[in-house]
Amino acid sequence: MEIQDNKSTLEVTPRNDEKIKKIWKTAGILLAITVAEFIMAFTMDRGILLYALFIILTIWKAKYIMMEFMHLGDEAKPLFYSIIVPLIFLVWLLIALAKEGSDIFMMRW
Amino acid sequence: MSAHSTAIGVSSKRGVWGGGNEPLKASYGKLMMWFFLLSDIFTFAAFLISYLAIRVSYPAYTGPADTFVGSNEYWPVPELVFEAVPFLHGIHAPLVFVGIMTFILISSSVTMVLAVEAGHRNDRNDVVKWMLWTMLGGITFLACQAWEWNHFIHGTDGGTVLTYVNSLNRQVTETVFGANLVVNEYGPASFAQLFFFITGFHGFHVTIGVVLLFLCFYQAAVGVYDRRGHYEMVEKIGLYWHFVDLVWVFVFTLFYLI
Repeated sequence: MEIQDNKSTLEVTPRNDEKIKKIWKTAGILLAITVAEFIMAFTMDRGILLYALFIILTIWKAKYIMMEFMHLGDEAKPLFYSIIVPLIFLVWLLIALAKEGSDIFMMRW
Repeated sequence: MSAHSTAIGVSSKRGVWGGGNEPLKASYGKLMMWFFLLSDIFTFAAFLISYLAIRVSYPAYTGPADTFVGSNEYWPVPELVFEAVPFLHGIHAPLVFVGIMTFILISSSVTMVLAVEAGHRNDRNDVVKWMLWTMLGGITFLACQAWEWNHFIHGTDGGTVLTYVNSLNRQVTETVFGANLVVNEYGPASFAQLFFFITGFHGFHVTIGVVLLFLCFYQAAVGVYDRRGHYEMVEKIGLYWHFVDLVWVFVFTLFYLI
């Protein structure tokens, strides 16, 4: 068998520094939000306000990961909505189970 | 691509209903990866929301944080459960180790997106380099999680005295060390059950991810994607890897912060 030439036949385009800069910037934002969460965990009182802030910051991070890292924002609109719209069901699940959990709490204690 | 179909008897002007349209403008593989990830989002969301529901069904620990003792009567404060760091035995370092783990996973997500970017440019050397870094990040994360589980299972030096119903259905009062599926020294049994189940399922995803990363790294290195003419596989594996990071962001908030 002939040994295959392992040289690339594809044309290599040079690095686009702007794109790479944007990636590192997104990484910096993710890190900054995580550090902020960390500081909040130790300085703020535990309670609904803190938990709400944590969840908002987490969803904010998720948005960056999905839009910048997974490039969902660059996909065609129908694809974008077919991924995002079904997640509305989770809002209902969250409300339903949070209510269920607090009702069980009332029954038990 | 299919707009230039050469099938016999098919006019190139077929219109919207003639077939061969690509309304989502993405390849089959990428679409299926997205829809798989959507179903995986539902699975993880169901787990995490269940965690929240079970958590709020227990009373929260309200006393001062420094006098916290584990009990199966109330839910523990996470920063007092996860406070150990390897090689620093007995030092109280709340959430430090899990912070390092989060940093490692986010970094590996960054190197993955750099590999995808290199793939768009058909730059094999860069793809191979960044895939290797991503893989190292994944393996380090798994090693950290193994340590974390080990510590969680074996517990603290002192343990906690608990009254509970054991696996032989007898009520016992004894000192409990660490955690298993029946009892744990930190909080209610469901605390450890959920911890094992959800972080375990996430760790399983990371393990699969590392295997996929290795296959992709190998194929890129030997030039499979050059011969194929595109680096789309890097992008697809990248989607999966970012998803693993995405889930961890939520696991981190729900288990370690709230």
